[in-house]
Amino acid sequence: MDFKVKIWRQKNAKAQGHFETYDVTDIESDASFLEMLDILNEKLIREGGDPVAFDHDCREGICGACSLYVDGRAHGPDDHVTTCQLFMRHFKNGATITVEPWRSAAFPVIKDLVVDRTAFDKILQAGGFISVRTGSAQDANNILIPHETAEKSMDAAACIGCGACVATCKNGSAMLFVGARVSSLALLPQGRPEAERRAKAMVAKMDELGFGNCTNTRACEMECPKGISVDHIARLNREFLKAEFRG
Amino acid sequence: MEEKLISKIPDGPLAEKWTKRKSEIRLVSPNNRRKLEVIVVGTGLGGSSAAATLGELGYNVKIFCISDSPRRAHSIAAQGGINAAKNYQNDNDSVYRLFYDTIKGGDYRSREANVYRLAEVSTAIIDQCVAQGIPFAREYGGYLANRSFGGVQVSRTFYARGQTGQQLLLGAYAALNRQIAAGTVKSYPRHEMLDLVVINGQAKGIIARNLATGKLERFGAHAVVIATGGYGRAYYLSTNAMNSNGSAAWQCYKKGAFFGNPCFAQIHPTCIPVHGTQQCKLTLMSESLRNDGRIWVPKKMEDVYKLRKHEIKASQIPEEDRDYYLERRYPAFGNLVPRDVASRAAKERCDAGFGVNESGLAVYLDFSDAIKRLGHQRVQERYGNLFEMYEKITDSSPWKEPMMIYPAIHYTMGGIWVDYDLQTTVPGLYAIGEANFSDHGGNRLGASALMQGLADGYFVLPVTIADYLSHKFAEPKTDTNAPEFEEAEKAVQAKIDKLFAVKGTEPVDVIHKKLGNIMWEYVGMARSEEGLKVAIEKIKALKAEFWQTVRVPGTQYEFNQELEKALRLADFLEIGELMARDALNRNESCGGHFRVESQTPEGEAKRDDENYMYVAAWEYQGEDKDPVLHKEPLKYEFIKVATRNYKD
Repeated sequence: MDFKVKIWRQKNAKAQGHFETYDVTDIESDASFLEMLDILNEKLIREGGDPVAFDHDCREGICGACSLYVDGRAHGPDDHVTTCQLFMRHFKNGATITVEPWRSAAFPVIKDLVVDRTAFDKILQAGGFISVRTGSAQDANNILIPHETAEKSMDAAACIGCGACVATCKNGSAMLFVGARVSSLALLPQGRPEAERRAKAMVAKMDELGFGNCTNTRACEMECPKGISVDHIARLNREFLKAEFRG
Repeated sequence: MEEKLISKIPDGPLAEKWTKRKSEIRLVSPNNRRKLEVIVVGTGLGGSSAAATLGELGYNVKIFCISDSPRRAHSIAAQGGINAAKNYQNDNDSVYRLFYDTIKGGDYRSREANVYRLAEVSTAIIDQCVAQGIPFAREYGGYLANRSFGGVQVSRTFYARGQTGQQLLLGAYAALNRQIAAGTVKSYPRHEMLDLVVINGQAKGIIARNLATGKLERFGAHAVVIATGGYGRAYYLSTNAMNSNGSAAWQCYKKGAFFGNPCFAQIHPTCIPVHGTQQCKLTLMSESLRNDGRIWVPKKMEDVYKLRKHEIKASQIPEEDRDYYLERRYPAFGNLVPRDVASRAAKERCDAGFGVNESGLAVYLDFSDAIKRLGHQRVQERYGNLFEMYEKITDSSPWKEPMMIYPAIHYTMGGIWVDYDLQTTVPGLYAIGEANFSDHGGNRLGASALMQGLADGYFVLPVTIADYLSHKFAEPKTDTNAPEFEEAEKAVQAKIDKLFAVKGTEPVDVIHKKLGNIMWEYVGMARSEEGLKVAIEKIKALKAEFWQTVRVPGTQYEFNQELEKALRLADFLEIGELMARDALNRNESCGGHFRVESQTPEGEAKRDDENYMYVAAWEYQGEDKDPVLHKEPLKYEFIKVATRNYKD
């Protein structure tokens, strides 16, 4: 298969970015989108050019490193996949494909398609944990958790922290990311004691770091590669309101 | 035992060794812990859990990772589960049995005392993880669920769907975040360790490159912990993440840490087969699938030809024409034999011509019986996400046709040599998790990597490192202006300059693929004296080619992924050679290391306990000099050494 790829090039955080278009040819239809970029980079290096920088690591959809905005959609035109699990058979032969980095005030560009997502780490540092010391836990089976509750918590815990929700949201809100973490812990008995405080602290940090507000467009849910539901935002709001109410 | 290889295994009965050692280890009082600094390199299960626990204890910790966030370390990709001797299933499991299975699974090439300790602390890991809010699978009554993994006859594996590694890492990362917020741990993402700094024979710091700015930075401490995983990417194609590398461990080797059993690499039997030459990464399908999936190839060659021409589908081949070769050869364990055994059996069938895809390098993993027996709903609950992942990649549904799988490089049992305290041969330098060599011998059992990473990080290292640090609290902070730092930074700078100066034509990946081909062909599933000698020569030639032809574009002082890759490949070229050298030395078959010269008439691996019951620990001698081999004899006092038998 052959494609024209229109890619955002930006030398560094301060430089002005622009699009450049490249031809890529002889791509196997079973190749992944990132393998296609590998092939382009190999060609650029051989020609003495500067290869395209993009974050990637596990290439099996779990590390959350890859973060490309492909043809106007976070992770491209397939549902519930990360960019590394997007395959070239989803594109028409000869198509022009546009590739951009996540665009959000909270995620500044480092180079080309690579952005800085440390804001997510900072939100989690504000309270995305259960305060338990190593070695102080009781026997695991002393905490009974109904099957359905564990499954629901796991649905939320499946978040890979890629940032597609933020990149997709017209307000650049991180509510799905925060909601997933808060909800996953709030559903479990171990997470209850700190649930309200956690919600309040994480939301405050999110606001401080320049993420926008949620206006319930549900675009985040549509583009989340792990299919995380906006129900978790509702649970976050409940915990947040309880915390506010108690002051 | 040799003077340099003092394993520090406590005396006394096996079950009391860890308790005994803990009672001997010196303590550091809380007010002195504040004065001590520890560097942890790597943020996978081992690194994150160690840093979080050390921080909690009050030490000053600096933690480094090459990704943009600690949460992206490759532990995240572990799918199937984590073992623990809880005996929640009442199937007569115990600490002893987990210990025994692990020693046997490792083909009697690991230390009894280390493995027993691993089994002993396994239960506390599950308690810890549940307390952290990890949503392990639960039964309807609310109790924890378990499943089985290869090489065992009990159900002791805890899991969170097919994302157990992710959930455990998010737990350790959360504990780490709590300490970062508390100010005890400082996190340095997008930083790559490029050298170890040794002062007066003791590990005192590292040189790291800030991957966003390209600047070299110096970090000092009272001790350094390496938790950077394995070196499986020496084979280029593997299930490891693209950025996984052996460089931090390799710098330690060059600064005096011995490297243990480098040839022990695990080849995982259930990976999605290679689809073409443009591929850079292989995807694992969890071992848990072998709980219910049945592995087979056709009995008749005519069916194989028809399959390859797409004239028939696998599901059309009648039951009597299928060869369930694992069930046939190993009736007692069937499809759940250990990974090395399952991989070799797949290779044997494919070498005999029965491989089922166009390349002839694939076998079937079939769920049709499981779907009939358990129903769609239960299979969906157990494996749904794995089926989905397989279909996304291959465009074929495991609900309709069996999966196609083939072995691929997955894990390295070898690594930095450590004593019972997890300290390397360099005082003050520790290695934990996959980065060390200690617990898995010649073959690791499934769901034991997560167990080891967390055992080392939460429960072993934070205890043992105090013994060393108890002598250090009176020492001032390490001065990063010391000449040793200066020298190390200069050496790193020279290496970077040398890479840019080549100005060749070849992209790093092109040379890396060549290394991978050499490694897979000669240092892969079947190794021979002749082949290994060829490998060593070929790798040396490729190393020379690399330094003459590589092209590293751009500059040092920018985000430059090609420079990162070039630095790592420079090390892989040397690691690959040491792996071949170690494989050549070990003229026996054991675990994942199969020497064609050493096999039974049925083609099973034949160990040579008389000559090779030792840990091979290699000592660096300098550029272009042959390393020196040291031997740590393995003594089995509590277990009877036997030929591994999975047949009855």
